[in-house]
Amino acid sequence: MVRFNVLEHELVPEHYLVPKEEEEKILKELGVKKENLPRIKKSDAVLRVLERKYGHIPIGSLIKIVRKSPTAGRITVYRVVVRD
Amino acid sequence: MSPHVFGLTKRINSIKFSLLSPDEIRRMSAVKVITADTYDDDGFPIDKGLMDLHMGVIEPGLRCKTCGGKVDECPGHFGHIELAMPVIHVGFVKNIQNYLDATCRECGRIKLKDDEIEIYKQKIEEAKKMGASPLELLFITKKIIEDAASRPICPHCGAEQKKITLDKPTTFREEGRKLTPKEIRERLERIPDEDLPLLGMNPETARPEWMVLTVLPVPPVNVRPTITLETGERSEDDLTHKLVDIIRINQRLRENRDSGAPQLIIEDLWELLQYHVTTYFDNQTSGIPPARHRSGRPLKTLVQRLKGKEGRFRSNLSGKRVNFSARTVISPEPFLSINEVGVPEEAARELTVPITVTEYNIEKMREIVRRGSNPKGEKYVPGANYVIRPDGRRIKITDRNAEDVAKKLDIGWVVERHLVDGDVVLFNRQPSLHRMSMMGHLVKVMPNRTFRFNLAVCPPYNADFDGDEMNLHVLQSEEARAEAKILMLVQEHILSPRFGGPIIGGIHDHITAMFLLTHKNPKFTKEQAIHMLSYLDYDELPEPHKDENGNEFYYGKELFSLILPKNLNMEFKSKICDPSVCNNKCVYEACPIDAYVVIRDGKLISGTIDENAIGSMKGKLLDRIAKMGSDEARKFIDNMTRLAVGVISYRGFTSGIDDEDIPEEAIIQIHEIIKESIKKTDELIELYKQGLLQPAPGRSIEETLEMEIMRVLAHARDEAGKIASKHLGLENPSVIMARSGARASMLNLSQMAGSIGQQSVRGQRLHRGYQDRTLPHFKRGDLGALARGFVESSYKKGLSPTEYFFHSMGGREGLVDTAVRTSRSGYMQRRLINALEDLKVIEDRKVVDTAGNVVQFLYGDDGVDPTRSSGGENVDMDEILTDVLGDKYLLRRRK
Repeated sequence: MVRFNVLEHELVPEHYLVPKEEEEKILKELGVKKENLPRIKKSDAVLRVLERKYGHIPIGSLIKIVRKSPTAGRITVYRVVVRD
Repeated sequence: MSPHVFGLTKRINSIKFSLLSPDEIRRMSAVKVITADTYDDDGFPIDKGLMDLHMGVIEPGLRCKTCGGKVDECPGHFGHIELAMPVIHVGFVKNIQNYLDATCRECGRIKLKDDEIEIYKQKIEEAKKMGASPLELLFITKKIIEDAASRPICPHCGAEQKKITLDKPTTFREEGRKLTPKEIRERLERIPDEDLPLLGMNPETARPEWMVLTVLPVPPVNVRPTITLETGERSEDDLTHKLVDIIRINQRLRENRDSGAPQLIIEDLWELLQYHVTTYFDNQTSGIPPARHRSGRPLKTLVQRLKGKEGRFRSNLSGKRVNFSARTVISPEPFLSINEVGVPEEAARELTVPITVTEYNIEKMREIVRRGSNPKGEKYVPGANYVIRPDGRRIKITDRNAEDVAKKLDIGWVVERHLVDGDVVLFNRQPSLHRMSMMGHLVKVMPNRTFRFNLAVCPPYNADFDGDEMNLHVLQSEEARAEAKILMLVQEHILSPRFGGPIIGGIHDHITAMFLLTHKNPKFTKEQAIHMLSYLDYDELPEPHKDENGNEFYYGKELFSLILPKNLNMEFKSKICDPSVCNNKCVYEACPIDAYVVIRDGKLISGTIDENAIGSMKGKLLDRIAKMGSDEARKFIDNMTRLAVGVISYRGFTSGIDDEDIPEEAIIQIHEIIKESIKKTDELIELYKQGLLQPAPGRSIEETLEMEIMRVLAHARDEAGKIASKHLGLENPSVIMARSGARASMLNLSQMAGSIGQQSVRGQRLHRGYQDRTLPHFKRGDLGALARGFVESSYKKGLSPTEYFFHSMGGREGLVDTAVRTSRSGYMQRRLINALEDLKVIEDRKVVDTAGNVVQFLYGDDGVDPTRSSGGENVDMDEILTDVLGDKYLLRRRK
């Protein structure tokens, strides 16, 4: 059981699972192939919290992260789930 | 693969490293070398010697006996030496030890049970399938070897294992008994192919016994050329020397072995052969003395050729020496544009630009060629050093053949002509820490022997003229010249991407001069004005003012306005702004110290032009003009620096130690303040001794005391400075320089006039030296100001002996700091650049590496280029509104 929800920590940015059907659209918008995206490990603590919310997250899923940036305020980045 | 990478047709997927088998070494060998000799008495290479013609040629006229090529055609071919007895390859000692440890001494199997082998094999397969890196695989191998090495009995044949130790560098012992390379090789041979993958080897390409050499490849002669000195004396390459040693010992070893010499002698020779082969690979192997040349110099063998800063990689592959470059001392030349560089005639005649002859320039090129490589005459005119015919032949132009070559010159030929004014070159000063360290300049050929450039370009290069040297590179292709002119020209780098402000701008005297020209708007007679403006390209003078006597005069601000762009509107505070004058309530144009700059329609209405306007890194005016376009900015900086030189050389400006003279009563006042503060510290110490001092939050009582004393003494120095600066007004040259930002600071002046203040090492008052005291002049445990490095004297008055010593201690820290900082930050920079060098921003502002992996989805998260932003923001509303509404907006903004 997860004792601690890392997403509630102030240093951890917002994470969301991108629905399968939106993936293609987002990748097209970004102009990137999935293998060129930054990665997030399946074992990442954040994924364990997200799995409670979304259920099983398979390898290759897209995670959307909204984080604060000193230059742009809020920015959205994407990561792809990889096996560790 | 990303298709926009021009000319990239293939991508390296993997690189395979393997071992050379003895068989392969023999197969690739062109000759079996058997004699240690090189040349015979006639200087001809001896057959089957180290310089055998089968291994390539280095002498012109001879032909390679393997491929038939001449000197530049033959790539060289390997030979080989058959070793009489096997020797260990130093590069693989670690591996050999691992294999000996992990396998059985009897049956050669890896010391793991069959089921364990299966498990490990699966683990490796799995890791490979997941795309594990070689390093990760190595890690698994290491674990397997560790596991296998720990078994005392072989699980396959039940043989008892003995402990094998390595006697560095190449001797193995089994429970004290020496193992000969021959025995080791036999053991390695026994390891079956099936077990090799577990040991990190691929049996298809390598066998462990190949790590013990039986045959030694001899590199081609091209790799180790003979050098012929001017005296005709020949000297061999270090590698050849080493190979000679190996062959000699090898031969003796073979003879002794064949004639049945005592075991002892054979072992000695064998060890000697091992030594020579080891040093042939690496002459810095720890544990053995390096092989030396007759002169005592250690030989440079294979590893030394590749390793380190002077090795093949860092000095010949990552960096190369180039042609068409020059290096000399730099000096200033204020009459050059910031885009230009003064090149000495001598250098200009050596550096050339290739020009293709066309029907349009053929006459001109003929003329240039006709002049030869060293045209005479007062005025510099370009000649040419070489012409290149369409078939690629180079013809050197001499005085004798110049006329001839000029006549033969035809369309399609290339003339390498001397530099002329306006050629684009790259100019560079090391260390090249940012992109402005190498910029494009336009050549201006000049007499004398230094490179010269405008002083405003010193900051980006971090150059001064105390003996600095700089490099110049002449571009050799049209593309390069176009790129340099459009992207690298100095005027395109006025704004630094580091902070988005101007890095090229006024320094030192430019700032002083502009201050003198504009502060309090001085009047200049027509004659003075004309003299100062004669430094600029102005044919017209504005309408002069007339004073009561009818004499014509100009205001300084008017003269400065001449160089401003016509449509400029802006306001800002000068560097000399002092909020205490107006009690923090800015009165704008009415500023009593003329510190509020107002520019309307390109006219300076009020304010002083100083560092905040035109200084490099700080100048707001420069920043604004630079954003109007690089041509505009270049013109302004050129004019500004010239005007500055005109003003300051006409008016004259000097500074001396008497600038810091202050009245007697001020000196007494300063003494009072310092005495007062010293007394205060004594009181604090007394308080501390009585235990009455209240500790500050989070600090011990001792720390609190130190803090308080530091505070009191810093306050004393500041107060002394204040009193001193009260007597040093803006008419004082030193003060002008400090307040306008030209050079030095008010702190420096108050240290000269008032008091130097507390000296410190590592941010603390001085405390080390003798037992419980800094110097034997003080009592033990004295915490007083003077005993702990407070210097009450001024630089002008001079320091007492103890003060002098304290000051040296503080000064030393500064020196050490800079020395340590430069070396450390240099290394950090190297690592950072190595990590980032192939990242790039692509068309849609994503930051990606060469494989297309995304590093940032939008450059800097906001996609903003600092040089095109306003203080980091996308748009500067103030600037736009000022441009549109002009005066109305500026006036409204003040409310």
